[in-house]
Amino acid sequence: MAFSKHNFRSNTLPAMTMAGPVTLWLAFFVAIPLIYVFIMSFCSIDEAYNVVFKFTTANYQRLFDPNYVQIYGTSLIVAFLTTAICIIIGYPFSFLIARTTSKYKALLYMLIIIPFWTNSLIRIYGWRTFLGTNGWLNTILTTLHITSEPVQFLFNRGATVLGMVYCLFPFMVLPLYTAIEKLDKSLLEASSDLGAKGPSTFIRVILPLTMSGIFSGSIMVFIPSLGYFFVADILGGGNSDVIGNLIERQFQSGNNWPLGAALSIILILITLLLVKLYQKAGGDMESLGV
Amino acid sequence: MKRKTKAAVKKIAGIIFCGLVYLFLFLPIAVIVTNSFNATTSKPYLTWRGFTFDWYVKLFDNNTLLTSFGVTIAIAVISTLLATAIGTLAAVGMYKYKFKGKGLIDGLLYIPVVIPEIVLGISLLTLFSNTHIPRGMLTLIFAHTTFSTPYVIFNVRARLAGYDQSIEEASMDLGANRIATFKNITLPVLAPGISGGALLAFTLSIDDVIVSYFTNGQVKTFPLKVMESIKSGVAPDVNALSTLILIGTILLVILTKSDLLKKIKALVKR
Repeated sequence: MAFSKHNFRSNTLPAMTMAGPVTLWLAFFVAIPLIYVFIMSFCSIDEAYNVVFKFTTANYQRLFDPNYVQIYGTSLIVAFLTTAICIIIGYPFSFLIARTTSKYKALLYMLIIIPFWTNSLIRIYGWRTFLGTNGWLNTILTTLHITSEPVQFLFNRGATVLGMVYCLFPFMVLPLYTAIEKLDKSLLEASSDLGAKGPSTFIRVILPLTMSGIFSGSIMVFIPSLGYFFVADILGGGNSDVIGNLIERQFQSGNNWPLGAALSIILILITLLLVKLYQKAGGDMESLGV
Repeated sequence: MKRKTKAAVKKIAGIIFCGLVYLFLFLPIAVIVTNSFNATTSKPYLTWRGFTFDWYVKLFDNNTLLTSFGVTIAIAVISTLLATAIGTLAAVGMYKYKFKGKGLIDGLLYIPVVIPEIVLGISLLTLFSNTHIPRGMLTLIFAHTTFSTPYVIFNVRARLAGYDQSIEEASMDLGANRIATFKNITLPVLAPGISGGALLAFTLSIDDVIVSYFTNGQVKTFPLKVMESIKSGVAPDVNALSTLILIGTILLVILTKSDLLKKIKALVKR
């Protein structure tokens, strides 16, 4: 196509006016900030904790501090457990809701989303109120004489995982629901007509067809759980910090931004790795955002 | 007969299982609503001291809390409008035209969706501090628009997948210019995708904790106000406001989803 004034008017100009604002926005608020973080991860700090542009790899060396390595481990375990629990509970749940013949199907779907209109912090705090030593659960347990003394349910890894599952559950359920609802009923009938029993139909037909939902759900649960520092703060009480807590501390109380930037690079690399795996497995990027 | 009982047991087990999942989802909400009626006045406001409506009255004297709520709504409305405007334009532009760098825009779009929020938060903090943009309302609006825009674009795109461009050509053949065609033909067809994206953008904005935490400066949104109060115990008036917000959103959805709104409109017209 020859470049002419007419072509410019008819294509380039409208394309630029339409895609231009977003391009500029993303360049300024996504690309440039990430470049800043990358550069900052090689910067030093002076005595007053100000960032100075003096090249160093010290921040990356500090990433191998055994205390930090232990937290990466905890964080990955929390993320794995959260994702696994979300799949184990979320899959049968999505299956039942997506394939119900009840007239309340739309309502059942809405009921998954409604809790998320209440601020997530206050709901996590609600869990703390429920599970605390003076909380509802302990009151019930002691009144029924199941336990003589209040049980400490909070401030451990289990409590953090519970909070993560709670916050991220819909991100597993919604893609699963979409994948399961798309299942063609006639395929299931064909499978059973050909003599396949329930479990075999599930493994050979249903599971492969809904794998895309499991993959996108897992991405949307695993990655954020590495960063949700407030859940680990409120329910884990500092006993099961995730990578997000390390970063948050460097940018707030710790005031060592270059170290925080280097820690963020770890999260960026994990994200890139998982997204690459997801794409290799045939995952569609678009289905992560709808 | 045996088969029938087996099916019945399966069905009941399914109902119990789903019931337990819903119980899990709604349990903290029950705690919040209950505590909004708690007559206790001493921190950390955990012991039950009887039923009262006082906190709903006191709420309207708590100016900092009400201000934080107003700030949250203002940021959500403005960032949603911005994200919807530039997102819709971009989705249509990228669908209609081929141009260089389209793949790059796509790549950039996925970043705010998949990257942990904390990374987006600290990267924006780094940007604002290096460019000396004072943190406050403006930076919060920038930040919220940034994480909302991709969701608007994806929703509009999903709608564009089934879009027949020939109706635009027909409109232009009939003498309408580009802008009139966009306004009268393209927009109405895309409306469900746009409103779906806008609703998502609004929801993400009012609930955002992490990105706001790093970009707020002295401005406190409602979630940040909650975060601040957690250290000393969340006061029942915060629970009361949360309860009111929940009721408000449920009513809004019932109104927009049912034909109740149409009936009211018809009544007013009469």
